[in-house]
Amino acid sequence: MIPEHLAVLSIVLYFIGALLIPLLARFARGMSWTLAVATSGGIFILNLAGIGGVLAAGSIRYAVGGWAPPIGIELVLDPLSAFFVLMMSGLACLVLVHSRRLVPEELPGRVTVYYSASLLMLGALTGIVLTGDLFNLYVFLEIAALAGYALLGAGTARAAVATFRYLILGTVGASLYLLGLGFLYLASGTLNMADLSAITDVTGLEPLMVIGLVFIVAGMGLKMALFPLHLWLPDVYASAPSTSTSLIAPLGTKVAAYVLIRILFYVMDPDIIRYELPFTTVLGLLGAVGIIWGSIMAIAQTDLRRMLAYSSIAQIGYIALGIGLGNVHGFIGAILHALNHACMKAGLFLVSGNLRAAGRSQEIAALDHTLQRTMPWTTAGFTLAALSMIGLPPLAGFFSKWYLLLGSWEKSNWIFIIVIVVSSLLNAVYFFRVIERLYLPKGDVKPAKDDPAGAPAVRLDRHFTLVVPVVVIGAGLLLLGLANLAIVRVLIQPMLPEGF
Amino acid sequence: MYPTYEYASTVPAAAMLVSLGAMVLILLSSKSPNLREAWTLLAGVVKFALVVSLIPGALAGRVAAFEFLEIAPGVSLSLKADALGVFFALIASALWIVTSIYSIGYMRGNAEKKQTRYYASFALSLSATIGIAFASNLLTFVIFYELLTLATYPLVVHKETPAAIRAGRMYLAYALTAGLVFLAGTAWVYLATGTLEFQAGGMLDADMFSADGMRILFVLFLAGVGVKSGIMPLHSWLPAAMVAPTPVSALLHAVAVVKSGVFGVLRVVGFVFGPELMVSAGLDVILAVLAGGTILLASFIAMRQDNLKRRLAYSTVGHLSYIVLGAALITSAGFTGSLLHLAAHALMKITLFMCAGAIYVHMHKTEISELDGMGRAMPWTFGAFTIGALGLAGIPPINGFVSKFYLGMGALEGGQVVVLAIFLVSGLLNAGYFFPIVIRAFFRPSPQHPVYNEASFWMVGPLCLTAALAVLFGLFPDLLAPVFTLASGISAEILNPVPRP
Repeated sequence: MIPEHLAVLSIVLYFIGALLIPLLARFARGMSWTLAVATSGGIFILNLAGIGGVLAAGSIRYAVGGWAPPIGIELVLDPLSAFFVLMMSGLACLVLVHSRRLVPEELPGRVTVYYSASLLMLGALTGIVLTGDLFNLYVFLEIAALAGYALLGAGTARAAVATFRYLILGTVGASLYLLGLGFLYLASGTLNMADLSAITDVTGLEPLMVIGLVFIVAGMGLKMALFPLHLWLPDVYASAPSTSTSLIAPLGTKVAAYVLIRILFYVMDPDIIRYELPFTTVLGLLGAVGIIWGSIMAIAQTDLRRMLAYSSIAQIGYIALGIGLGNVHGFIGAILHALNHACMKAGLFLVSGNLRAAGRSQEIAALDHTLQRTMPWTTAGFTLAALSMIGLPPLAGFFSKWYLLLGSWEKSNWIFIIVIVVSSLLNAVYFFRVIERLYLPKGDVKPAKDDPAGAPAVRLDRHFTLVVPVVVIGAGLLLLGLANLAIVRVLIQPMLPEGF
Repeated sequence: MYPTYEYASTVPAAAMLVSLGAMVLILLSSKSPNLREAWTLLAGVVKFALVVSLIPGALAGRVAAFEFLEIAPGVSLSLKADALGVFFALIASALWIVTSIYSIGYMRGNAEKKQTRYYASFALSLSATIGIAFASNLLTFVIFYELLTLATYPLVVHKETPAAIRAGRMYLAYALTAGLVFLAGTAWVYLATGTLEFQAGGMLDADMFSADGMRILFVLFLAGVGVKSGIMPLHSWLPAAMVAPTPVSALLHAVAVVKSGVFGVLRVVGFVFGPELMVSAGLDVILAVLAGGTILLASFIAMRQDNLKRRLAYSTVGHLSYIVLGAALITSAGFTGSLLHLAAHALMKITLFMCAGAIYVHMHKTEISELDGMGRAMPWTFGAFTIGALGLAGIPPINGFVSKFYLGMGALEGGQVVVLAIFLVSGLLNAGYFFPIVIRAFFRPSPQHPVYNEASFWMVGPLCLTAALAVLFGLFPDLLAPVFTLASGISAEILNPVPRP
């Protein structure tokens, strides 16, 4: 019975968890974390089974409530969506484990609400990925956004202001999507993705649809913080509670990228999108500019979290660049980079959370080499993730860049090649600036003086929930790098859109 | 002469991994310095023995190969101990032992901090170097090449002074960019040919790229390997990196890192493009002009340096380009001379650096102008220094003479009078910047009354050993290790490749 329901189970379980947490909190106060972790862990295992089933037996199409499409809503678990939900649930589980110490510290008295909203948002993000219905996607988009605003806006007044701006812009993004959706519906008379795909196969892309697509791409570009629609992101990421950032930064933008990929390459005919309309060209160019812009802005930051936020803008540029290449290598690069970047950025934001848990400032200038002794695992995790971001082998980030390079050569796109090379160097500049501070004493201090040899180091990453997720992600980056071919062959090859 | 065949063997992998394992043991035994150094020495001996065991196979054309796992469709992370790889691995692993002994004397004599990090990074660097030597394809090569950059970064910044940190930044900026550019070239080759396996005599065909494309590709690869091999104008990181402790300069900046660069040049010239393509696309001219210019310029700059290590660094820049220029000649004697110089320069320059280190630790002198009369206080050290200096100037019977002789022969064989002139003039310039040091040390009056005051045996022993080896290899190139046979074999392998199956 379970296999056929796999498509809907993870969404439902997240929502049930979101409801149970406040209920349970009436009886047992400390249970919220346990329940949230258990839910997300269970869903991760389900999703493992799900991707195994999809790869073995083909896609699962699930009509919600037994109502067949186009009347009812359809959920689709295919290689692409199974890959994304697996990645999301795995990372969500790690981030939630990590949140144990931080949430009560940052949001005293609101722990229950926090976990409830987290699961609500995760359920909605999963829904965006799984749904086969364009309007249902919009609904999930709004649920995720509302839960996300709650998570991000909690805490300081700064966070509330930044999130308000995000709320306005996010709503604009969602509205653009809805508007585009209207055009598509007007032209085709359906909201079901499979139906729409079948219709466009016959009719081709009508002008109305093209207008609709433009709106959708703009809306999703805003949601994924694609240059120049990225302005909301740094303030939000830098001022939100650190667990919220760790949860949303790796996942939120990836889901928007997923929607772009889904609509452009699966719902629409990828050949028309790639060769007859300038969508991919524009996406690729914006991605390339975003990579450089984000990296330069990251160098200019003095706050660790703002630096990571700008780095996210650059990394999203890589994904857009991969989509923009519109060939097999570019596609593989984009998907692989979505996975790699989600892991790397989660790891980096968890490290920032550990700094916060240790009572350390997020100012880059305030980081120093005592951290290497007091938080050895955390600094090691940061270093691994940072090296992977720079793209040093054999870590994961190297291989997504390799595929993007292959895709760029295939299109003889010199600009992209230069962008990839230069941006890796810029990454090195802003990450080594931090690594230097973590491992080397500042130049003006004599190393002998502030480094009392033999003094017992006070361990600041004191709780295993703070350390284990960081270490798992650090080790995972090595594993993802070495096993990249297996991922490409087993998981990504089956999801290649038709015509690629 | 080379009907090669491959057989699966774990020896290349073991030779690469042994120092990686040692790194873990070193980190674990940070509380007990003697045990820690024992791991380094043990790993050095085991690594050397493993590499030596590969020599007979390399000479006979039996190539040990090991495949870890596939990392891109059709491309594996794999090691192959062909003659060129064994040649380089032999030099690096042998000199690691010597440097390790020397390191013990230097680091303890100088009471350096963070010695565990130092030895661990050293072990990792050696793993990366052997990985570079045995890399069987371009992607494996670039992976270990980047790893080497990363592993040597902690060694460059070891002193943690502002100057060291600046040098570390510069090193990363140069080396990482180079690695990326090399990677971009690799991606292009992969896309155009579908394979990345090194092939004696070249893996590319003339029809795979347009003439301009071929030149661009060559420049990409050359920029990639040119940084580590110090080809001007990509050399500035090397003098800056001299802030590192002297054993680092000795092994890494005279042997492992910079030789990985010239080794990369040899791979690119002999095993990626191949002699025919090099000549037909005019690539040899690009290489020769850059290398020739570097030799002359570096020699002139070296003369103006008062800091001993900086003078040695510029001398290294110049001599690395000897090796490159030898390869650019695309002649049998040229390749042989190039390889011989790779080995000879390694021995001589490591001697000179170790001398500089001994002088620094024992006498706290870093500038050449402070060395007046020191030869009488430290006769063994300055004796070894003199041998190294004479060798680099190409005076027989030291091994530098043999390699320069072959390089000169290669220039004649190719009819390149200009190149021959460069070699000859540069020999004079070498004498011009080395002999004043020797003269100062032995014939200038010392400010204090000279008494015999030699550095610790841990330092003097290794540097005398390498100096003695330099003479021995000059007289009998094949006596201790078949250096000459290997070099001429590789040269033949590149120029008369077995047709591809």
